[in-house]
Amino acid sequence: MRADPMESATALPVAEPRAWRRLRDRGLPVIPLGIITIFVLIAILAPVISPADPEEQSLRSRFRPPVWDERGSWQHPLGTDRLGRDMLSRIFYGSRVSLTAGVVTVLLASAFGAAVGLVAGYYGGRVDAVLMRLTDATMSFPVILLALILAVTVGPSFANVVVAIAVVLWARYARVIRGQVLTLMELDFIAQARIAGAGAWRVISRHLLPNTLNTLVVLVTLQIGYVIIVEASLSFLGAGIPPPTPAWGSMIAEGREFVTSAWWVSFFPGLAILLVVLAFNLLGDWLRDTLDPKLRQL
Amino acid sequence: MIRFILSRVFQSLVALAILSVVVFILARATGDPLHLILPMSASEEDYAYARRYLGLDRPYVEQYFSFVGKAVTGDFGTSLRARRPVSELIRERLPNSLRLALFAMCVSLSFAFPLGVLAAVNKGTWIDRTAQVIAVLGQSLPTFWVAIVLVEFVAGRLQWLPAGGISGFASYILPGFTLGWFVVAGMMRLLRSGMLEVLDSEYVKLARVKGVVERRVVWLHALKNALIPVVTFAGIYFAILVTTAIVVETVFAWPGLGRLAYEGISSRDFPVIQAVVLTTAAIVAVVNLGVDLLYAVIDPRIRHAR
Repeated sequence: MRADPMESATALPVAEPRAWRRLRDRGLPVIPLGIITIFVLIAILAPVISPADPEEQSLRSRFRPPVWDERGSWQHPLGTDRLGRDMLSRIFYGSRVSLTAGVVTVLLASAFGAAVGLVAGYYGGRVDAVLMRLTDATMSFPVILLALILAVTVGPSFANVVVAIAVVLWARYARVIRGQVLTLMELDFIAQARIAGAGAWRVISRHLLPNTLNTLVVLVTLQIGYVIIVEASLSFLGAGIPPPTPAWGSMIAEGREFVTSAWWVSFFPGLAILLVVLAFNLLGDWLRDTLDPKLRQL
Repeated sequence: MIRFILSRVFQSLVALAILSVVVFILARATGDPLHLILPMSASEEDYAYARRYLGLDRPYVEQYFSFVGKAVTGDFGTSLRARRPVSELIRERLPNSLRLALFAMCVSLSFAFPLGVLAAVNKGTWIDRTAQVIAVLGQSLPTFWVAIVLVEFVAGRLQWLPAGGISGFASYILPGFTLGWFVVAGMMRLLRSGMLEVLDSEYVKLARVKGVVERRVVWLHALKNALIPVVTFAGIYFAILVTTAIVVETVFAWPGLGRLAYEGISSRDFPVIQAVVLTTAAIVAVVNLGVDLLYAVIDPRIRHAR
């Protein structure tokens, strides 16, 4: 690849068209993208495609097995749970909780974390020291513990789960972005922008931020999967989305006692989590290898 | 070097101090513990008396400093639920958690090592891809689900291993495996990319030219240097293990810190919550400190670059 001699001297933000071309050339990861698209469609269309109301109970049809079992029927393709609710519909609706929690939490955390990282890296000195100590303290806080405490304090709810995870997760972004900004600050084009009279806001928003976007995209993708698992763990422990809203984690918890007699109640929600998280992890891996191979530590 | 150690220790202490404030505030925010301790029939005077007895009527700042002062000496107060000193509970549970975390760490290392090295040596082949799939799978499976499935099949139907509690080495296998598999992906990836880099370096080529057997080149010369990034991230993996342990310990009925925290939170036992969070954070901080110092010894450039 031939380097453009002007590239490092221009004060323009490097939008990295080359990186995006590389992205296209490598061939898209069809399977992960396919799985994610399918689950996004399921989440959006849940009311239309669900065979039944996910919260409707029918004690007469409790623990119906999936359709391929000889006692199963097409009325409940994946069987029913202990209250006779349709598993397939609950999994469809559950995807709304998992996907929204994953995406919203990561967006909140990355916006805040990136802002802290940019400011710390740009100003350096005391500002940096204070912000980084705060980041370290946050990073040593166990996410699940904090979310459990919050759930008990203010009661379990979707918003609390999102806030509790985001409050800890931002630190990771702050650390990584600050590291990148420190490297960028040494480069000529930043110095030139400052000499040319660009203020802090302009340097940060026009020069530093665009150059850390690749890293942000990779980190965001990789963390969506992690957040979905954490959210499911919280719902599993009873500190996540409160019933009767279907969430994959709490569905697994509900089926736990009946694993021996009705394995499908715990099994299918777990499979759904596995598919979605795997898809995000594979997509994240692919993005990292393509956009920025140096980021192997993310 | 001494300056580096001192400033690094100071950083850890500051982080812990910030954390203690957060924990203190959060623990107070979980609602009035007296509602849980006192019987329904308690009168206003009973409340006032209990509040004074437990020191809950003093200003928050004063409560905080007395809390920190005692915590430093290992006194975390008395558990509201168990009516026993929290330090005693911690001393009982902590070794169990540490043993489980260490065992899980060994499990993940024994997976990550061969997988990472094999993947690097056979880059781009099916071996590489299989190794990566095994690793990513562990990262994508919800630990509590793996735990339930293992309890049902390995412990329940096959009756090979105990389903929960501690009873000898066999009881470590299922929870340790569940916990360990979760972090294999990260370690394996670091090791793979580290190996790829090192295998391409001059000194490995030199070793090959000198006629060193390939197996020796890979497992001795290259692996030694590819290990450095893995060591630096050991602290982070350890922190992940400690956090994930809350879920795993709950499913396997493991008498560790994680379950103590879960019990503490569900009964608003705030001396216990404070103690568990601070102990966990202190362990993570110490591990990270140790890793950083070790790294500074291995790679002197770190001491000066910050």
